[in-house]
Amino acid sequence: MATVMFRDVRKAFGQVEVLHGVSVDIEEGQFVVLVGPSGCGKSTLLRMLAGLEHITAGEIVIGDRVVNTLPPKDRDIAMVFQNYALYPHITVAENMGFSLMLKGAAKTDIEAKVRPAAEILGLTHLLDRYPRQLSGGQRQRVAMGRAIVRNPQVFLFDEPLSNLDAKLRVSMRSEIKNLHQRLKTTTVYVTHDQIEAMTMADKIVVMHDGIVEQVGEPLELYDRPANLFVAGFIGSPAMNMTPGRLNDDDPGVFVTGQGQRISVANVGAAKPGRDLICGIRPEAIHLRGDVALRVKVVEPTGSETHVVADLDGNEMTCVFRERIKAGPGDELKVSIDPEAIHLFDAEGGQRLSA
Amino acid sequence: MQARPARSSSILGWLLESRNGLGLLFMLPAAVFLLCFLTYPLGLGVWLGFTDARIGREGIFIGLENYIWLFDDPVFWLSVFNTMLYTVVASVLKFALGLWLALILNQHLPFKTFFRAIILLPWVVPTVLSALAFWWIYDSQFSIISYVLMNLGVINEPINFLGDPTNARASVIAANVWRGIPFVAISLLAGLQTIPQSLNEAAALDGATSWQRFTKITLPLLTPIIAVVMTFSVLFTFTDFQLIYVLTRGGPVNATHLMATLSFQRAIPGGQLGEGAAIAVAMIPFLLAAILFSFFGLQRRKWQQGGGD
Ligand SMILES: Nc1ncnc2c1ncn2[C@@H]1O[C@H](COP(=O)(O)OP(=O)(O)OP(=O)(O)O)[C@@H](O)[C@H]1O
Ligand SMILES: [Mg+2]
Repeated sequence: MATVMFRDVRKAFGQVEVLHGVSVDIEEGQFVVLVGPSGCGKSTLLRMLAGLEHITAGEIVIGDRVVNTLPPKDRDIAMVFQNYALYPHITVAENMGFSLMLKGAAKTDIEAKVRPAAEILGLTHLLDRYPRQLSGGQRQRVAMGRAIVRNPQVFLFDEPLSNLDAKLRVSMRSEIKNLHQRLKTTTVYVTHDQIEAMTMADKIVVMHDGIVEQVGEPLELYDRPANLFVAGFIGSPAMNMTPGRLNDDDPGVFVTGQGQRISVANVGAAKPGRDLICGIRPEAIHLRGDVALRVKVVEPTGSETHVVADLDGNEMTCVFRERIKAGPGDELKVSIDPEAIHLFDAEGGQRLSA
Repeated sequence: MQARPARSSSILGWLLESRNGLGLLFMLPAAVFLLCFLTYPLGLGVWLGFTDARIGREGIFIGLENYIWLFDDPVFWLSVFNTMLYTVVASVLKFALGLWLALILNQHLPFKTFFRAIILLPWVVPTVLSALAFWWIYDSQFSIISYVLMNLGVINEPINFLGDPTNARASVIAANVWRGIPFVAISLLAGLQTIPQSLNEAAALDGATSWQRFTKITLPLLTPIIAVVMTFSVLFTFTDFQLIYVLTRGGPVNATHLMATLSFQRAIPGGQLGEGAAIAVAMIPFLLAAILFSFFGLQRRKWQQGGGD
């Protein structure tokens, strides 16, 4: 177990800079998820931490060592790759004990470490198989087993669940989470799936185009997104965005382009006369009220009803607990919880609500 | 089904309806082709080995006489020894150097494609042409190697490359290695590129040194390709003819005669068709051994079996 620190880390491939100064502190035993859209540099950052990519500028610190020039084998890090990277020519047991074998450990010692790891992961009956003879989920577990046996300072996961079907993904998610609670090893987990991030992380790092947009606990990001990007990225269905301004006479009211009025409890630094974006979570919209929406699509899921509606030409997704009878083209009167409204600067995208 | 009257139609029916019958039918053209163009010459060669045929004279069957004669012929045994030496040394060198080159070419190099193209050169040049070039390089008076070494002051007189038995053997082996390396290197490079980069990365994180990564990951994963490549390489080397014939014609004092060159020499310039054929037939057991070896080498290993991805 160790702390990990990124200090203004930059990465350039040739002339192209893909990471523009990333600084993140990870505490001992924390489960940190790096999340962001495809191509934002998550894998690159993770591979730099593992020592598989050269660090162009900045510093990476593991424990109390700056590891910039340390080769991967000396960093005491275990990584689970997206394609698992199991050694195809040796058995599951040999895969899991590979690192110990390299160190020249005795056969009985290797066995003594592989067994318990295999038991934790339910792999005991598969130890003599070759990777080709396993299902995707089993391979994934073997890859984790290989990491566990190492008992490393830090676990790295690069989108380990993206090759699994939806159901298996959910169960592996909780399995990884359980494993972390049991081993308490510092973990850095990369995903582009914000639900995975929200459900697993102690701390989420949202990345976009090579910069860190926001770092925080899952609910903190959900409740107080620092900018439009995070607001739109975290949460499913995504936050609704409506442009407009605060009312000149009554700054507690947000007025959309076509004059719909929405009360805002928490205005923060927003001032009348400035172009704003009003962010509304789908579940902050309730039936009955004085904001008029034009229904476009109704999607009952059973427990909830999702309604996609039109507010002044902007699409609004609403999630209602009630079942409703409305159909496309109907007018729906709703109220919007004033406490749950986020105001952003239309220009920079920064959060203005306190 | 039970009331099928004519027998002939049932055979035709079987041919057209059953899987095996149809398969047989479809294989027929290929089988005929193989029979005519592969088996006939081979059969003729084997037959000639049992006759005393000469050029321009049909032979008569003389049983194993040719072979008994060869058994007591020191030149034949010398050629067997030469062939073994040539094949073993050249194949080992080709493998070692080819693997080394492939490993280098698999790294991130500047001008990578350029080097890969260069490597192929010895292979695309016609053998006779490269043999002629080597003939010039190994010339007893005008050899460029001797010239350079003499100018550097390493030696005082030109090296007698092809005149001395030991030198001649080393020289033809060197030429064969030069010519055979591209095939080995490029094939192994293709093999190396099928090994996912992430396996090496995973091994590096698992604490493997680069030597351990080579011996524990790269080499085992490359064995299937190595088996194919080296089988072909051994077969090519064992049956080599052109290089030797242009460079030394088997000399000096038969020191570089291979079984293939000796067979040709006895059969065509020497006119003893039967004896030449017998020498060629004597190569078959060695080639069969090589093929058997590769058959077991090529069998799918246990880790390659089972479900795909
Ligand atoms: N070896 C490389 N050479 C040049 N550019 C690269 C290289 N590897 C990555 N990049 C670029 O760096 C950026 C970040 O890539 P990275 O693989 O880190 O993305 P990611 O966030 O992991 O995306 P994904 O979710 O799709 O895996 C991308 O724009 C990519 O094109
Ligand atoms: Mg990635």
